Amino acid sequence: MNLAKKIVDDFVSNDVSFITTVPCKQLASVIDEVENNDSIYHIPANKEDEGIGLCAGAFMGGKRPAIIMQNTAIGVTINTLVTLTQFYRMPLPMLISYRGELGEPVACQVEMAVHTKALLAQLNIPTYHFHRSDDVEEFDRILKYTFMANKPVAILTDATFWGGY
Amino acid sequence: MRRADILREVAPLLREHLTVCNIGIPSQELHAIDDQPSNFYMLGTMGLASSIGLGLALAQEKTVIVIDGDGSVLTNLGTLPTIANNEAPNFVLMIVDNGSYGSTGDQPTYTGKRTSLAGIAKASGCENVIECEAKDVPEQLAAAVAARRMTILVAKCESGNEKMPVITMDPVAIRDRFMSAVRA
Ligand SMILES: [Mg+2]
Repeated sequence: MNLAKKIVDDFVSNDVSFITTVPCKQLASVIDEVENNDSIYHIPANKEDEGIGLCAGAFMGGKRPAIIMQNTAIGVTINTLVTLTQFYRMPLPMLISYRGELGEPVACQVEMAVHTKALLAQLNIPTYHFHRSDDVEEFDRILKYTFMANKPVAILTDATFWGGY
Repeated sequence: MRRADILREVAPLLREHLTVCNIGIPSQELHAIDDQPSNFYMLGTMGLASSIGLGLALAQEKTVIVIDGDGSVLTNLGTLPTIANNEAPNFVLMIVDNGSYGSTGDQPTYTGKRTSLAGIAKASGCENVIECEAKDVPEQLAAAVAARRMTILVAKCESGNEKMPVITMDPVAIRDRFMSAVRA
């Protein structure tokens, strides 16, 4: 299965048309699909909190947004998630590469991985963890759930899900 | 002239368009001077007014004016390259540059020293960058809106805040009211 294509097809069928990205090697194929999809406005951000600000504006302008980022970004987006996305009650699917899991070659990534789920739980952000490639089948329902609930929702995708490094 | 004096001068123009206003005293001043459904007040999240405004401008066609500050833009400098590379003709970023972090007690920022936000904006690739004195802001802002060209307006003014009440509106009410104005 082409995971990146399936994910972007689900974005499109759920009317997500504004996607901001901060790159991760593990997410390169999805970012390419987003860039090449004519029904999505792709806006690379220089930092993830900037990206969440862009998404908040796009949502208020009538578009369904999403952000694609690395789990290290949880550290730089907490204030924005709490005082913008949650405080004003806005939906935001966050497709996140879960670096520092099984297969990880870079030790430093583990240091943030061990905090990732705890931080998301502390923020009361609904969190899904894609580990097997079949887990992608839930992505469509997670998007529907996000826009129903008007909340930020995290989808962590680890190296095993993506088929290794 | 201080920030509030500029806001009083441009309020009749802002009223005609969508306005995204920076956190803290700027939002309190605008709210007290001319509260409008088409104003989006930031109650938190330092630095992101320009990002919210750009996302809004890219998502729909109405003119978006962002009232930002020098301290706020310095916190989110990455916004300027993003603005430059995602052209939105309906986007005007007005940076009220008073050389100080107004909401936290007027501590000086680097723009009151050696740093030029207009210079950074130009180097970031923004094509229409105007730096002007406070008294010229109404004319320059009106011209930027009328031209329908993405514009960065750096309005140099004196530091200092006016004592205005804290905004007690619920954030969801602010957002819902604003989104109705966007759709109207
Ligand atoms: Mg200032």
